[in-house]
Amino acid sequence: MAPRTLFDKVWDSHAVRVLENGQTQLFIGTHLIHEVTSPQAFGMLDDLGLGVRMPERTFATVDHIVPTDAREEPFADELADQMIKALRANCTRHGITYFDLHSGLQGIVHMVGPEQGITQPGSTIACGDSHTSTHGAFGAVAFGIGTSQVRDVLATQTLAMSKPKLRRIEVNGELGPGVYAKDVILHIIRTLGVNGGIGYAYEYAGEVFERMSMEQRMTVCNMSIEGGARCGYVNPDQTTFDYLEGRPYAPKGAEWDAAVQRWRALASESGARYDDVVVLDAAEIAPTVTWGINPGQAIAIGENVPHPDRVPAAERAGTLEALKHMKLTAGAPIQGTPIDVAFLGSCTNARLSDFREVASVLRDRRVAPGVKAIAVPGSTLVKEACEREGIDEILKRAGFEWRAAGCSMCLAMNPDKLEGDQLCASSSNRNFKGRQGSATGRTVLMSPVMVAAAAVTGVVSDARSVFGEATVSA
Amino acid sequence: MATLQPIAGIAGRAVAVPGDDIDTDRIIPARYLRCVTFDDLADGLFRDERFDDDGRSTSHPLDEPVRAGATVLVSGRNFGCGSSREHAPQAIRRAGFEAVVAGSFGEIFFGNATTLGLVCLALDDESLEAVQSAVQADPALELSISVADASITVADKTYPGELADAARTALLSGRYDPLAELLAGEEAVAAVAASLPYVAAGSGR
Ligand code: SF4
Repeated sequence: MAPRTLFDKVWDSHAVRVLENGQTQLFIGTHLIHEVTSPQAFGMLDDLGLGVRMPERTFATVDHIVPTDAREEPFADELADQMIKALRANCTRHGITYFDLHSGLQGIVHMVGPEQGITQPGSTIACGDSHTSTHGAFGAVAFGIGTSQVRDVLATQTLAMSKPKLRRIEVNGELGPGVYAKDVILHIIRTLGVNGGIGYAYEYAGEVFERMSMEQRMTVCNMSIEGGARCGYVNPDQTTFDYLEGRPYAPKGAEWDAAVQRWRALASESGARYDDVVVLDAAEIAPTVTWGINPGQAIAIGENVPHPDRVPAAERAGTLEALKHMKLTAGAPIQGTPIDVAFLGSCTNARLSDFREVASVLRDRRVAPGVKAIAVPGSTLVKEACEREGIDEILKRAGFEWRAAGCSMCLAMNPDKLEGDQLCASSSNRNFKGRQGSATGRTVLMSPVMVAAAAVTGVVSDARSVFGEATVSA
Repeated sequence: MATLQPIAGIAGRAVAVPGDDIDTDRIIPARYLRCVTFDDLADGLFRDERFDDDGRSTSHPLDEPVRAGATVLVSGRNFGCGSSREHAPQAIRRAGFEAVVAGSFGEIFFGNATTLGLVCLALDDESLEAVQSAVQADPALELSISVADASITVADKTYPGELADAARTALLSGRYDPLAELLAGEEAVAAVAASLPYVAAGSGR
């Protein structure tokens, strides 16, 4: 047989049949749900008199709407309170495993799946959330879906899908000091564009991804969707298996050995065919920050904000719009831009390794006066692990608020929001207008260590010079 | 399950909301997602562009009285990128629109919209600009979109566009909501489920 990619193998083993419009009916092995995009789907099932096809393959948690300070119920926000109650009731009624707010296992849905070992190589994973691409870090085919599709998966455990093309993105060489997984993915999106991935799945390959930890791979895969690709993955390897071994839902004993053998055989074979291949050099990647209103509007920290007269004609209107919203001067350095808020959190960068790195640079440092700094672990387990290591104390001493797990200021569905035109140095994944809760609010995306540098200086800064290159060597 | 009406074309007046990379957070801000049904979403459509911080109208094209009753929304490239929220096409649909014409579409948005029977036609830059200017110049202008030809006709000029085959076939045959067909595949679904070790092993716990 001709050499095949992981994507083809997973797709073929999950393809049920061809539908009349030419799409594939694709089996979804693992369905993750949360409070925002599922209640309407359950409502549709009720209207149609349908039940849940495989409740044992459906897992739920609550993340977007939960307050990260006062978590007692009922929530102050009545609408949010309705939503958590609806999720709880739907899970109970249909027999779905639910990692509830006070279960000790609650967190952002894309953190909970990997932590519990639910996310496994070679599986198909769907969730009503675009950052489902995160789970591709394990060699799964994982993508975000809409609410009608959540209904389809609940009712049939399948989806109608068109098979995307496959692009291999290879990054070879060594990353410099202070260059993190976040910088790699921001650089890729900047290079290929926010719509460059439309119609594609991304395979991340090459030395840089091979060396990455699972947490770093998750950061990269998380933002595939910001480049337009619905799904992105890394081939499974020993790093993947080491992460999964012993997790609650991972196979055990002889089953574990058999699973690892199957998973190894899944990786893309050399000589397999791709629709496109992009090769990048790690040495060219600098700490990267966004200056505009989409994640592709990014520059290296030492670069200047673009000038509308010096960009391609097709980008002019977008550049002008972004500069106006961001209140930045065309052609000026991004370094030195004053910030109001520093946000460490989200499913992109709120894992234990992120907080460890931040804590290592923040010892003996203080958040600049006037900056509101909040640190929000992505899951309750991350929160507890940080607390066992004293990371929370280091962050609090530095002037960060230490919160409970949730989406928090990544999006404006809970009490954590920007006010007015506040500028936020953020470790999250979206700098869209209004994303952080104020229509005029401004977001600058960057790695967690760069957020820490911005927090202590009060301005967008190069972490390498703020903390010293030796300290930030990743 | 109720059968859906085939959608062969859309005719009506239009409103232009220009700009590239209009993400679903802008189409429907997250605070409007605090709901357990889609019923009241029309209100939130482009909310933060239509009103300023103090709740005053910004005279957004969507609120121009002459545009009331428009059924076609014309925008820029990469429309509906970002969040998977189906609330975005739901809000557009519930505000009375039957089609969106843009340079290209975010993939999840495109799928969500098609399932609702909201036609998403993509045009090349030049055609899009021509359609956009014509719409902006004349609020009374009648447009017509042919799903079969994947084209739009404005003032006697027809512009060819792009509409993925799967979506086109689905709209034309009234099968754009795939649930009935997915349910009909149950036997084959059970076979695939049984063939996958991680599924057959149950929850693994
Ligand atoms: S942290 Fe942000 S991006 Fe991630 S699931 Fe929550 S809202 Fe979405």
